[in-house]
Amino acid sequence: MREFMRNKMAVAALVFILAVLVFAILAPILTGYDPASTDSKSVLTPPSREHIFGTDRLGRDIFSRIVYGARISLAIGFIAVGIASLIGISIGAIAGYYGGSIDYLLMRFVDIMLCFPTIFLILAVISLLEPSVVNIMVIIGATGWMGIARLVRAEILTLKERDFISAAKVMGAKDSRIILKHLIPNAIAPVLVSATLGVGGAILTESALSFLGIGVQPPTPSWGNILMDGRSTLGVAWWLTVFPGLFILFTVLSYNILGEALRDISEPRLKE
Amino acid sequence: MVKYIIKRILGLIPTLIGITLISFFVIHLAPGKPTDVQTSLNPKVSYEARQRLEKLYGLDKPIHIQYVEWVKRFARLDFGRSYLDDRPVSEKIAERIPVTILINFSAILLTLVIGIPLGVTSAIKRGKLPDKLATIFVFIGFSTPEFWLALLLMNLFCINLGWLPVSGIASLDFESFNIAGKIIDVIRHLILPVAISTFGSLAIISRYMRTEMVGIMTQDYIRTARAKGMDENSVIYKHALKNALLPIITILGLSVPGLIGGSVIFESIFAIPGMGRLFYESVMARDYPVIMGVLSIGAILTLLGNFMADIAYSYADPRIRAVREEAEA
Amino acid sequence: MTILEVKNLKVNFDVPGGRVLAVDDVSFSIEKGKVFGMVGESGSGKTLTALSILKLISWPGNIAGGSVIFNGRDLLKLDEKELRGVRGSRISIVFQEPASSFNPVFTIGEQIVEAIVNHQGIDGYKAKDLAIEYLHRVHIHEAGRIFCNYPHQLSGGTKQRAMIAMALVNSPELVILDEPTTALDVTIQAQVLDLLKEIIEKEKLSILFISHDFGIVSKMCDRIAVMRKGRIIERGGTKEVLSDPKEAYTVSLLESVKALS
Repeated sequence: MREFMRNKMAVAALVFILAVLVFAILAPILTGYDPASTDSKSVLTPPSREHIFGTDRLGRDIFSRIVYGARISLAIGFIAVGIASLIGISIGAIAGYYGGSIDYLLMRFVDIMLCFPTIFLILAVISLLEPSVVNIMVIIGATGWMGIARLVRAEILTLKERDFISAAKVMGAKDSRIILKHLIPNAIAPVLVSATLGVGGAILTESALSFLGIGVQPPTPSWGNILMDGRSTLGVAWWLTVFPGLFILFTVLSYNILGEALRDISEPRLKE
Repeated sequence: MVKYIIKRILGLIPTLIGITLISFFVIHLAPGKPTDVQTSLNPKVSYEARQRLEKLYGLDKPIHIQYVEWVKRFARLDFGRSYLDDRPVSEKIAERIPVTILINFSAILLTLVIGIPLGVTSAIKRGKLPDKLATIFVFIGFSTPEFWLALLLMNLFCINLGWLPVSGIASLDFESFNIAGKIIDVIRHLILPVAISTFGSLAIISRYMRTEMVGIMTQDYIRTARAKGMDENSVIYKHALKNALLPIITILGLSVPGLIGGSVIFESIFAIPGMGRLFYESVMARDYPVIMGVLSIGAILTLLGNFMADIAYSYADPRIRAVREEAEA
Repeated sequence: MTILEVKNLKVNFDVPGGRVLAVDDVSFSIEKGKVFGMVGESGSGKTLTALSILKLISWPGNIAGGSVIFNGRDLLKLDEKELRGVRGSRISIVFQEPASSFNPVFTIGEQIVEAIVNHQGIDGYKAKDLAIEYLHRVHIHEAGRIFCNYPHQLSGGTKQRAMIAMALVNSPELVILDEPTTALDVTIQAQVLDLLKEIIEKEKLSILFISHDFGIVSKMCDRIAVMRKGRIIERGGTKEVLSDPKEAYTVSLLESVKALS
C-alpha cells in the first residue's frame, strides 16, 4: 500500500478513475440536460456557459452525453473484463491443474483463438447478433480471456508443486476445493494487473465499435458513438471530436498507469 | 533446416483445423438458419442467391456433413459469392489484400526502425529525461484510440493544412503521372494510415526493447565484455542488442493480428480500398460470405505471420539452431 | 617487486535497508610472480574487492574510497579509455560462472578473437590462430571445433578453460581468478586447478586467487588473506596461516575444511 502511495502518477490515475466513476454514477445530478433531448435551436454550438462542451448535430448537450456515456462505456469495460477474467481463470486453472491432454487441448484452443484478429471476430459475431449493450459486453469478454488464461495456468503450474497443495491432497481435499480455495487466490495477482489493463483495452474496443456504428446504438450515448458524429462534422465542430476523445484517452491512460503500478508492486524486481 | 520447417508446417495443421472449427461455430451462432439473418435484412437478395447460399453451407444436410463441406471449401479458399455483387469472395479479397499488406508491412518496418533505437536509448538513459519522455510517449500510445488519432491527424493535415489527400489510395489524375509521380502519389495517400498503424505497435516494441535491454545489461556476459576492455558502444550495440533482438522477432509475429484488425479502422476512415475496409463494408451490409471469407483469411494470415516469426527465431537464436541441427544429424 | 598495491579500499552497497560498507578499508599487495589468495565466506567482500581493481563495480555497489596502484598508476583514477587499455590486456579476470559469462549468441572463437583484436590490433586470421593456440594451451582437445561452437554446446569444464584462455590471450601481467572452480563438478575442479597450477608456473604469472575454500587456496597460493565482513582479519604466508592461525574465525574456517576432507 505504502509503495503504491509513493508512485505519484499511480495515485493521480486512481483519483482520476474514481472521479470519472463518481461522475458517471451521479450523472443526473451533475447536468441539467437530458442527454437525449434535442434542441433544434442550438445545433452545433461551440462550448459556452450553457453547454460547457458544446452541442451536437441534434442540439444535444455534449457534456451530459459524455457523462451519461461514461456509464455505458465504463459498465461495458468492467463487465467485459469480468467475463474475460471468469473464462480465463477457469480455463487457465483447469489446464494448469490437470495437465496432460486436457492442458494440451485447452492451450491449443487458446492458440487458435489468438489466430483471429479480435476486431474481426467481434465484428463478425455482432453482425450476426444485434449490437445490444449486453451482446457487446459478452463478445468483448469472450474474445479477451486468452491472456488471463495463460497467466493463470503459469501461476498454477508453479503453485501446484508447493507443499501446501500436497498437504491438502493428502488430507483428501477434493480437486475443486483445492483449485478454488488454495490455488486461485494465490494466482490472483497477475490477473488483477491484467484485468486493470484490460478495462482500458475494453473501453478502447467498445469505443472503436461504437464509432464504426456497430457498437452502442444511438440515441444511447457512449464515448465512441459521440465520436461517430464527430467524424462527419470534422472541420466544423471540433468540440464533438476533441472532448469525448480526451475522455477516452485519459480514462484508458489512468487504467494503464494503475495497472502498471500494480504490476510493479506485485512483481518485485530491481527498480532503477 | 528443411526438415525442421516441414515439421513446423505439419504442426500448423491442428491449428488450421481449429480455425475451421471456430469459424464454423461462428457461422452457426445466429439464431435460425445463417441464411435467414442476412437475407431478411437484405431485401435485395434474390431467391437464387439464398438458394445458392444454403447449398454453399449445405444447410440441408446434417451438421457433421456441413462441417466437412466447410473444411473442403476452406481448403480451396472458396467462400462462395458476395451478396452485394455476386462476385467470388476470394476474388474480392485477393484484389484488396495487397494494399493492406503494403500498409501493414510498412508499418512494421517503421516500427522497427524507430522503436528499436527508441527502446535502446530508453534503456541506456534509464531514469533520465529521454527515458521519461519516451515512457510518457509509450503510455499515451497505448491509451489513444486509433480512430480518434486518425480523425485528428486527418483534420490537421488534410483539411486544415491541405498537405495530404483526404482519402483513397490514388488521386483522380493518377494515370497521368509518370512512374515517380505515381509512387509519390501513393506515398502521400498512405502516409497517415501507415503512421497511425505504426503508432500503436511502436509503443509496444520500444517498451519491450527497453525492458529486454535493461534485463540483459545486468547479465554476466556483459560484465565479461567490459572486463575484456570493450568500449561501451560495443557492449551495448554488439553484445547486448543482439540478445535483445531475438524476442522482438516473436513479438512481431504476435502483433500481426492486431495490425490486421487495426486496418479495419483506418482503412474505413481514410477510404483505403483494402481488406479491412472490405470487411467493414460487408459487416454493415451483412454480406455474409465475405464476412466469413475475410475472417478466415485474417486467421490464416496471422498463422502465417506467427509461423514465419517462429522460423526466423529458430534460425537467429544459435541455441535453438544448434539443437535442431543436432537433432537432424 | 610489487605488481599491485591496494590501499584503503572502500566499497558501498545499497540494499533495501540502507547502505552497507561491503569492503571496509582493505589494503594488500601482490608480488610479481606470486599467487595471492583471498579466503572468506560469501558476502565477505572478496569478489567486490576483485571487481574494484578493474573498476567493474556497478549499481547497487559503488567505490567509495581508496587506491589501486598498478604499474605506478592509480587505476581508480584513470579515465575510461585508459582503463579499457588495462582490462583484458594488462590485468584480466576469470569469473565464477562459465555458463553465463560467455555471450550466448556468439561463438567461443568470436569472443576470444574480439579480446585479441581489441588490444593487439592484429588481423582476424592471425587472431584466430592465436586463439586456437591458446585453446590448445588450456588442454582443450579439438580446439578448432570448439572455436566454432556456441557456449551452450560446451561442458562447464571446457567453458571455463576457454575463459582462462581468453584471459591469457593478451599476455597479462596480473590475472584475477574469482572462484574459478566453484561452479564446476568436483572431478572437473581438480583438473582445472591442475591446469591453473601448470600455467601459473610455466608463464610465471602474478595471480589474485579468490575462493571460499581454504583447501583450494592452500594448494594454490603463496600468501593468504582472510576476509570477514569486508575486512582482512588475518594475513601471511600460506604455511604460517595454516599452521599458526591467530584469529578464532580463521581457526573455524580451517576446522570446517578439515571436517570435510
